[in-house]
Amino acid sequence: MTVSPLPTAGARLVRLDRLRIRPSTAVSLIVVLWVLLATIAPDLLTNRSPTAIDLGGTMQAPSWNHPFGTDQAGRDLFTRVIYGARQSMGIGLGATALAMVIAVLLGFTAGLAGGFLDAVITRVVEVTFAFPALLLALLVISVRGPSQATELIAVGIGSAPGYARMVRGQVLNVRQAAYIEAAAALGHNRWTVIRQHLFPNAMRPLVAVMTLGIGQSVVWASSLSFLGLGVPPPSSEWGALLDAGREYITTSWWLEILPGLVIIVVALAATSLGRTLQHKLEGAAS
Amino acid sequence: MVIAAASLTFLAQLLMPGDRATALMNVQTGQQKRWTAAELAPVNKEFGFDRPLPVQYLHYLGGLFRGDLGTSYTQHRPVTQVIGGQLAPTLILTLGALVTAWVLAVAITVLTVKRTRAVSALGSTWEALTASLPNYWVGVVLLVVFAVKLPLFPVIGGSNAWGTVLPLATLAIPLAGFLGQVTRDELEKVLDQPFVTTARTRGMSDTAVRLRHALRHAVLPAITLSGWALGALVSGAIITENIFARPGIGQVLVTAVNTRDVPTVSGIVLVVAVAYVVANLLVDVAYALVDPRLRGRS
Amino acid sequence: MTAPTTLDDTGDDAAAPAPDAAPDLLTVENLRVWFGTTEVVKGISFTARPGRCLAIVGESGSGKSVTARTLVGLTGANSRMSAERIDLAGVDLTRQSDRSWRSIRGRDIGFVLQDALVSLDQLRRVGDEVAEPLRLHGWGNKRRRAERAVELLDAVGVPEPELRARQRPYELSGGLRQRALIASAIALDPKLVIADEPTTALDVTVQAQVLDLLAASKTRGTSIILISHDLSVVARLADEVAVMRRGEIVEFGTAHQVLHAPTHDYTQHLLDAIPSEHTRGTRLLRPPEGTTEGPRTRRPVDRDRPVVQARNVSKVFRGPDKINRTVVDDVSFDLYAGETLGIVGESGSGKTTTARITLALLEATSGDVLLHGQPWSDIPTAASRPLRKQIGIIYQDPLSSFDPRWPVGRILSDALATGSRPPSSKAEAQERAIRLLEQVGLSDKHLTTAPLRLSGGQRQRVAIARALAPEPGIIVCDEPVSALDVSVQAQVLDLLTELQDDLGVSYLFISHDLGVIHHVSDRILVMKSGKIIEQGDADDVFQQPQHPYTQRLLTALPQLAQA
Repeated sequence: MTVSPLPTAGARLVRLDRLRIRPSTAVSLIVVLWVLLATIAPDLLTNRSPTAIDLGGTMQAPSWNHPFGTDQAGRDLFTRVIYGARQSMGIGLGATALAMVIAVLLGFTAGLAGGFLDAVITRVVEVTFAFPALLLALLVISVRGPSQATELIAVGIGSAPGYARMVRGQVLNVRQAAYIEAAAALGHNRWTVIRQHLFPNAMRPLVAVMTLGIGQSVVWASSLSFLGLGVPPPSSEWGALLDAGREYITTSWWLEILPGLVIIVVALAATSLGRTLQHKLEGAAS
Repeated sequence: MVIAAASLTFLAQLLMPGDRATALMNVQTGQQKRWTAAELAPVNKEFGFDRPLPVQYLHYLGGLFRGDLGTSYTQHRPVTQVIGGQLAPTLILTLGALVTAWVLAVAITVLTVKRTRAVSALGSTWEALTASLPNYWVGVVLLVVFAVKLPLFPVIGGSNAWGTVLPLATLAIPLAGFLGQVTRDELEKVLDQPFVTTARTRGMSDTAVRLRHALRHAVLPAITLSGWALGALVSGAIITENIFARPGIGQVLVTAVNTRDVPTVSGIVLVVAVAYVVANLLVDVAYALVDPRLRGRS
Repeated sequence: MTAPTTLDDTGDDAAAPAPDAAPDLLTVENLRVWFGTTEVVKGISFTARPGRCLAIVGESGSGKSVTARTLVGLTGANSRMSAERIDLAGVDLTRQSDRSWRSIRGRDIGFVLQDALVSLDQLRRVGDEVAEPLRLHGWGNKRRRAERAVELLDAVGVPEPELRARQRPYELSGGLRQRALIASAIALDPKLVIADEPTTALDVTVQAQVLDLLAASKTRGTSIILISHDLSVVARLADEVAVMRRGEIVEFGTAHQVLHAPTHDYTQHLLDAIPSEHTRGTRLLRPPEGTTEGPRTRRPVDRDRPVVQARNVSKVFRGPDKINRTVVDDVSFDLYAGETLGIVGESGSGKTTTARITLALLEATSGDVLLHGQPWSDIPTAASRPLRKQIGIIYQDPLSSFDPRWPVGRILSDALATGSRPPSSKAEAQERAIRLLEQVGLSDKHLTTAPLRLSGGQRQRVAIARALAPEPGIIVCDEPVSALDVSVQAQVLDLLTELQDDLGVSYLFISHDLGVIHHVSDRILVMKSGKIIEQGDADDVFQQPQHPYTQRLLTALPQLAQA
């Protein structure tokens, strides 16, 4: 890994419970906690029901009463977004986990085995990585038909090659590290060296990358839904909200733009946290 | 790469749940039922499902070499015909967006990297924000703001120049953010390199050093990533074409996925794979032009 | 302020060139530089004269490089400077606009940085780089500038200058690159050339050539400010020397006076710390205050007991170009119990490969290595693993040899567990780890520290403790002090000698630094292009070198006596 400079001395720091946390990190943490709460107990954040129909109040623009407005059935969009968190985060987490499992298996096999096996895996991974992830996902959907499970698998498979590439790179990187040779020079056997040094050090940056990846997965999943290829509309999964709102873009912009904004904010928060973690880990390693 | 993609798409066609002929009849008629062998026979014959798998595979690959991508399940036309006319608008859109994104990214980084803290922060925040915007959201916002609220551009794009502006911006803005982030990181590193100091000690101005020395080094990672970026652009183009109802392979593709017309999807996947190989060759050429160290190697 | 502002306080010194032959070219008075709120240069004053070389010497963090950069107005972002006076031939350098600075840099002041591989733009042709100052200052037209660049390359002794001008920096050898960098700095014949560590990272023979080049430009009347950490390099070129420590000039005088009759303790300390033939068998540094130390007895070398025997070892690597390159060529040596065997050679001579084969971390293409008379290098890994505790290693860069997740305590207890007496309990492991730390001059408070938080010298001490943990009889030291400042280097060398006296370990000591090798070694192998070209007792090799290459190395070796 290249040695990354420590965060600039000029970066503004605030004291937050004696932890030195940047304001952007604090905001990201709040967003992530909010989403977690919405996932676990949505009824704590709103007292409306996501399915309560109000035919007298359809297509209302955002107001104090309905911060995100209402849809064609008069349902409160804000409430629907909160209740959609569980399904969206489920897909995001599941897809990232699936991608990681595939990636770690392929990456470690390739990185440790070397030779022919490495060449084959690397070739396959490079080809699929270079390939547009959306197309890969669409191929999966066209085979399996749209559903939540399909969406999860599609996003997972679509993002796996990128991670696999990184895991392999990381394994090769750590393999060359002087402390690996130093451990061998002390007389540790190959398995001890892998278990004690190689595996934990190669996995270290992946924690940060996974955090980053969850945000990306949510965005990917919503892109599929936006095309009408994700979870079908009655659901309030975020992508499904986008799909449902498309018809009304020209008249009721909030149905499309506000759920989209929520997705972006969540993705940004995840990215920002992931980056912070990355800096922390690299800072400790360099 | 193309052969790998072809094998992958062939495999995808096999993986359709259940018997392919049955699935096909269901797709075509919109019914869910068991078909008799007699009813399935003509389908099996038309698409060659009755032959052994290796023969099918070789036949499929052989067809690819002759430029035959198979027959659409739904339209009963060769896939090449279905895709053919739609390629040009997509190509124009993606290449246009790539060029625009590069110009934006380079301009913003050169102007804002390592300036006063406020200016640098502005540049990097802009990049971080735009890089994480999904295409669909950018597209919708642009559509609502510049076509609905301020009717400057047509809502239904079409493929003329005026209608291309918003789709192009939809694709270019997030990509510019992404390329900008990569270039910014690199430019920051490069500006700390001793050769930059050397150039300054010769009496070169800061701006001249950026343009004549540092930029050339700083664009290298972004060039490498441009091959990958083209993939992201194709993904984005599919979405953008849908938002602006713009002709292109994106429209065909989404319809095909919805009707589970696997040969058409596979055909598009293969066309993109070919485009991809060409794009990566171009990237290698561009890289070698900028970085002479790689010439004569490999 | 301790720094004198004039030069002629030792005017009677016979070795110094005639003083005051010309008026001062550059006068600096009370220069201060801050980074943020930290003052890194604390009010220094000095002068530079035409045809003379002023050397500014100091260890890392002394503020010498910052001073150099401030003289061309490029101190860096986030910095602030003040000075009563910086005067270059009548021009006041404290009040220059960005634009006027640009007309001064390159034309009136040339600047040479270290390591031309990164100091020249790799993507551009050498000729364009050399001609760049000409272009920036509107000299001639494009064709004339290209011709001039070739002339300049020729003038600094680059063979085939037309060809080299068309090549790119990475296609040139280190020495040629550094010459090209100098050619570019002197392209407009500036009155003042500032050279910041111009020979660091160069092999000793190339180093001598580059210094000669700077000396030549000095005799043509150029004033040179040489920034260096290496007092011996300075001795070869400097007329006056300023010794800097923590932002202050602690001593200033003629080169001869500073290097041979220093008046300041720190200068004396720096000079003492330089290992050389004169320091053999002695401590480089005085023992720390409060500890009294009797005369040490060196353990005798047991010439009947070879602990390592390398027999006709060769290593061939197959490059990516499918060409076989012999990196180690028929190398044989014995290392005896309690002995230090030095391997010296320039970069690419095969020293490190020899070390790795000796450690059985790399398989020899032919030949083998015996450990205590038993087969070692060519037996299966599983069979050699139990023997590993008998041979340890210390690397040049200790930090990268530690798992970044582990604190010092864990590093040591892990190493203890591989020894012949593994600790039976956590408590015992901790206790023995503390004993190891004390042995290398650290203490139990370092147990929980991450290596990242230690200084360079402390890290190398931890690395030594780790190497000692399994209680090996042999330690391979691969450039163990090359990355350290001279006074820290002296501490580590003293520690290694002390441990040898106490424990009787044998060292296979690899270095490119002839002074270090002479200081530590009982016997020496000189390697060149994978072959041992000369070997023998340290003093014999240094005093009566037989091989012409060894003779060349020794002539090129910068020595304090040259001042």
